[in-house]
Amino acid sequence: MADPVNFTIDGHQLQAAPGTLVINAAKQAGISIPSFCYYDNLSLQAACRMCLVEVEKTPKLQVACTLPVAEGMVIHTDTPQVHQARKSMVEFLLTNHPLDCPVCDKGGECELQDMAFRYGAGFSRFREAKIHVDEKQWSPIVFYDAPRCILCYRCVRICGEGLGVSALGIGNRGAAAEIVPNRGDHLECDECGLCIDICPVGALTSGTYRYKTRPWEMEHVGTICTHCSNGCKTTLGVRNGQIIRANNRDRSGVNGEFLCVKGRYAFDFYDHPDRLTAPLVRQGGELRPVSWAQALAVVAKRFSEIRAKNGKFGVIGSNHTTNEENYQLQKFARQVLRTSNIDHHRTGDVATLLDALNGRSNALASTADLFNINAALIIDADLAQEQPFLAFQLRANWRLRKGHVYAVTPGPVREDNYATTVRSDFGKEFDALESLRERLAAESELAILFGAAIRGEDVRRLVAFGDSLGIPVKYVALVDYSNSRGAADMGLLPDLLPGYRPVSEAGLGPGLDYDQILAAADLNALWVVGANPLSRQTLASGDAFVVVQELFLTETAQRADVVLPTFCAYEKNGTVTNVCGDVQKLNRGPKTMGPKPDLDIIALLAREMREDLGPVKVDHVFDEIRKSVHGYAVPLGIIETGGAVQAVPLNGHIQIQSRPELIRSAGNTLYTSGTLGRYSQMLNSVIEAPGALYHDPHKAPVVRKGSVQVETTEEYR
Amino acid sequence: MRYNEPSPLEQMIISYRFDLPNSTSIDTYLANDGYVAVKKALAMTPEAIIEELKVSSLRGRGGAGFPTGMKWSFVPRNTGKPTYVICNSDESEPGTCKDRLLMENDPHQLIEGMLIAGWTIKSNKGYIFIRGEYRYLIEIVDRAIAEAYERGYLGKNILGSGWDFDVYTHTGAGAYECGEESALLESLEGKRGIPRLKPPFPAVVGAFQSPTILNNCETYSAVPWIFRNGGAAYAALGTPKNGGTRLMCVSGHVNKPGVYELPMGFPLMRLINEICGGIRNGKKLKAVIPGGSSSPILKAEECDIPLDFDSLAKAKTMAGSGGLVVLDEDTDIVAVALRTIKFYAHESCGWCIPCREGTTWLKKILSRFHDGGGLQSDIDLIGELAGNMLGRTFCALGDAAAMPTAAFIAKFRGEFEAYLNKSRSTQSVPELAVV
Repeated sequence: MADPVNFTIDGHQLQAAPGTLVINAAKQAGISIPSFCYYDNLSLQAACRMCLVEVEKTPKLQVACTLPVAEGMVIHTDTPQVHQARKSMVEFLLTNHPLDCPVCDKGGECELQDMAFRYGAGFSRFREAKIHVDEKQWSPIVFYDAPRCILCYRCVRICGEGLGVSALGIGNRGAAAEIVPNRGDHLECDECGLCIDICPVGALTSGTYRYKTRPWEMEHVGTICTHCSNGCKTTLGVRNGQIIRANNRDRSGVNGEFLCVKGRYAFDFYDHPDRLTAPLVRQGGELRPVSWAQALAVVAKRFSEIRAKNGKFGVIGSNHTTNEENYQLQKFARQVLRTSNIDHHRTGDVATLLDALNGRSNALASTADLFNINAALIIDADLAQEQPFLAFQLRANWRLRKGHVYAVTPGPVREDNYATTVRSDFGKEFDALESLRERLAAESELAILFGAAIRGEDVRRLVAFGDSLGIPVKYVALVDYSNSRGAADMGLLPDLLPGYRPVSEAGLGPGLDYDQILAAADLNALWVVGANPLSRQTLASGDAFVVVQELFLTETAQRADVVLPTFCAYEKNGTVTNVCGDVQKLNRGPKTMGPKPDLDIIALLAREMREDLGPVKVDHVFDEIRKSVHGYAVPLGIIETGGAVQAVPLNGHIQIQSRPELIRSAGNTLYTSGTLGRYSQMLNSVIEAPGALYHDPHKAPVVRKGSVQVETTEEYR
Repeated sequence: MRYNEPSPLEQMIISYRFDLPNSTSIDTYLANDGYVAVKKALAMTPEAIIEELKVSSLRGRGGAGFPTGMKWSFVPRNTGKPTYVICNSDESEPGTCKDRLLMENDPHQLIEGMLIAGWTIKSNKGYIFIRGEYRYLIEIVDRAIAEAYERGYLGKNILGSGWDFDVYTHTGAGAYECGEESALLESLEGKRGIPRLKPPFPAVVGAFQSPTILNNCETYSAVPWIFRNGGAAYAALGTPKNGGTRLMCVSGHVNKPGVYELPMGFPLMRLINEICGGIRNGKKLKAVIPGGSSSPILKAEECDIPLDFDSLAKAKTMAGSGGLVVLDEDTDIVAVALRTIKFYAHESCGWCIPCREGTTWLKKILSRFHDGGGLQSDIDLIGELAGNMLGRTFCALGDAAAMPTAAFIAKFRGEFEAYLNKSRSTQSVPELAVV
């Protein structure tokens, strides 16, 4: 480490590492140097000239965002000359700005407004005609209003540098310069909307949010995205109990500035017209709406009857309900229904991985690790499509830390652009790994991310391969859905209790698994919470009493005798665990009427059956989880304040019956999200970027059904 | 060919082949001292070559006047990266037309200059970046390059030295900004022509992220003479620190406009009166723009000045690219100011705020002013806006627009004030393409 450099900013004697930029060095002393184009972790532009400062012995004002501190440098940020320069830049910016703040989406959270307020001129000397350009729609969800644009190029950089998509560029020159899509008139991209979030002004606006509200009319609720397993924080803008938008308002989550199309736009399923709002009970062969009291009484009565006759129960839990709900559900199954027949749709072999690691510490990579580790290996996953935030992390690692990325995949993936890739069919991954052995062993450390194709014995083989490299290796078993990891951790498994303890500890034997439950012809009752097994499989037992807790009348719900409408994750409080084990808190956004959270339904059912399940409130259940589930003793302060803590439920050898055939990836892409995705009109309207899941990245974009598509050129239609 | 009669006062050392028949052919070049210098240079060490250039006091002819020897000495060698030699022939400064003559009449001289630069840094590739509007010159230069390959002056193992050097031509797409060296490099690499952050300078990180020598066409063209006759002889032609000769491009209200090769430090008034035959129609001199449109204007009484980098800098203007625009007493300075700012507003690349918005705003005020809608307050506003751009833009284009504008207001304020009572100007200013 080189010696720190001594310098002075506004009279403060400061020290910083050589190479530190003045704009960042000033923050140490609490001095804020304004800028538009400077953005952490993106390339330097020096285009907006807002950060000009005075440096002694230098005649001209200097640009703080590109100037590294030097020994003995004396910097002034609070002089008449600096103030005059800032004011003049704001004045220049406002000359061709439409000043339509009263109707601009960004009004109230606009950096240009803030700068004009703080540094600018309230009086305009510009008497000339402004340049007007009509607004453009680039995609169903991205609009661009050139006159509002200040050309800070943040959007161009986040798209090109951050995501590696490069859908945006600069067109024309001089005062006519504007941001343009690189595909003529439309975007061919991930539709992630990062460009909208990062825009300091109202130039880029969101198709689902524009002209709907003023920012200050909304309550901003930070919660966790309910779609994929990456656990990105998304901030819901809630007005009158309804979600108006989702964005990445304070960038405080594990995901930093990242959010994908699902996290930003695919919240709209929650008020889809088909959403169930009242419990349904089958009467005369038809599902009819009834009161909650009636519905719960029916379920409690039948469950009690079946239990009294020692009937066979099957419980299928969810991989997007909360940890608390999953914990209480398994408790209900084992304690009240006295059955071990409980499982969930397993999308990755987490249990076998934990068993293979056999309690060793520091062997599970967190999302933060993926940015900080020196090398990463992806096996059988199209990360940019299936795990978009993890893909963003690895790319950022490569881009900013020069981390090495390797990929062993059956088809082309976006990581090919910068990673060392080996094409390998499913089943031949280990040959490919051998071909990389020398290079991997030469790394100082490694994170291995593997998809659902690596399961059962292959997981053990992979860990053995990792061990043989002779370097510290961390693993991520890639799963789908927002709480797949939590479902396994909370014991939604026929042979394992929460924290992967053997089911014998509860005085029970192993029960039926997912496929066995569905295939059991003598099943008396099936209780499905937040899952849709009958979309792909059939229920063998024709006369089983079926209870389904769902948002919509899915294939499974249609077969039900009782359907109990539930809240989605955006309407709940609770915790979820992402693919890397990071535990984060959900916060209730919209105030939907009618449905109930699964946790309340489970508690009410227990009460109806005169059983005591212990704690009822979310916080109390979480408290019990923290005390009783191995690895979940996470600091409450961090979780409660919206932070993330990695849960490490490593617990020695795990007595899991290896059932690799139960590990089935949902195969979700950027534009699909199981049942929820089917009910998101926005997700169904976007033009899908080329390169979905192992397909040719050079193919034409996929236009999805019901597309609200923009005019596209013939060539790409 | 030349477009004007040469003057007996000229000191032709880089333009003396212009008048020879078939001046672009390699045979003419070889018969007239051609490729002699490169043979000398091939026997010299890089250090000796750079020393010779330093002795010659050759300064960059593109406009900034940076000492060439020093520039070449900044290029790191043995970095493991390839190195490049690039010729800036993106001659776009209004009033300047010398690179065109050099390529049109004596392309081999340029190639030889680049060869010497290439040998100095052991580069294997040179590019001649030619202004888009000079497309017809590419044919001439390409023919010369082909001839040089045929005779072994380009290609593999040049003159038995074991060193390879290739030269390619490349056109710009018609942007003034691409004459800025780093924007030129971006354009050469196939990107949008916007300037790069400096440092690093092109000498260290230039074309394709590699060390690069980037000089003006006239600078390279002067190099062969220096190695044939010695740096000291070249330096002796000019004034101290301003070695050699320079192609002066004179336009405007003189009787004999044209390009004249004159020693550095030649007096401006002698150029106007003795070489260019004085102001046309017997009018009086009003002002001179001494170094291309971005140099601040000199009033008639300031014109008693030698034409070299340092003297003009002392007079708070610049020698720039050597494009002199002579204006007679009838010239409407407001129209000149408007024409100038129209150019810069049209050519601003739009990268940074003060240049993009400043040039456009100034253009709009001056247009209104010119059309009779001026206000007293506009005069100060123009000066203030120019001041808000000066020294605050990303590259020198903003300064190039602000400096002359500020000078027009400062030196001819009376003319602007007189405008307040006019309904509109009698001199029309042509519109440029839409901005």
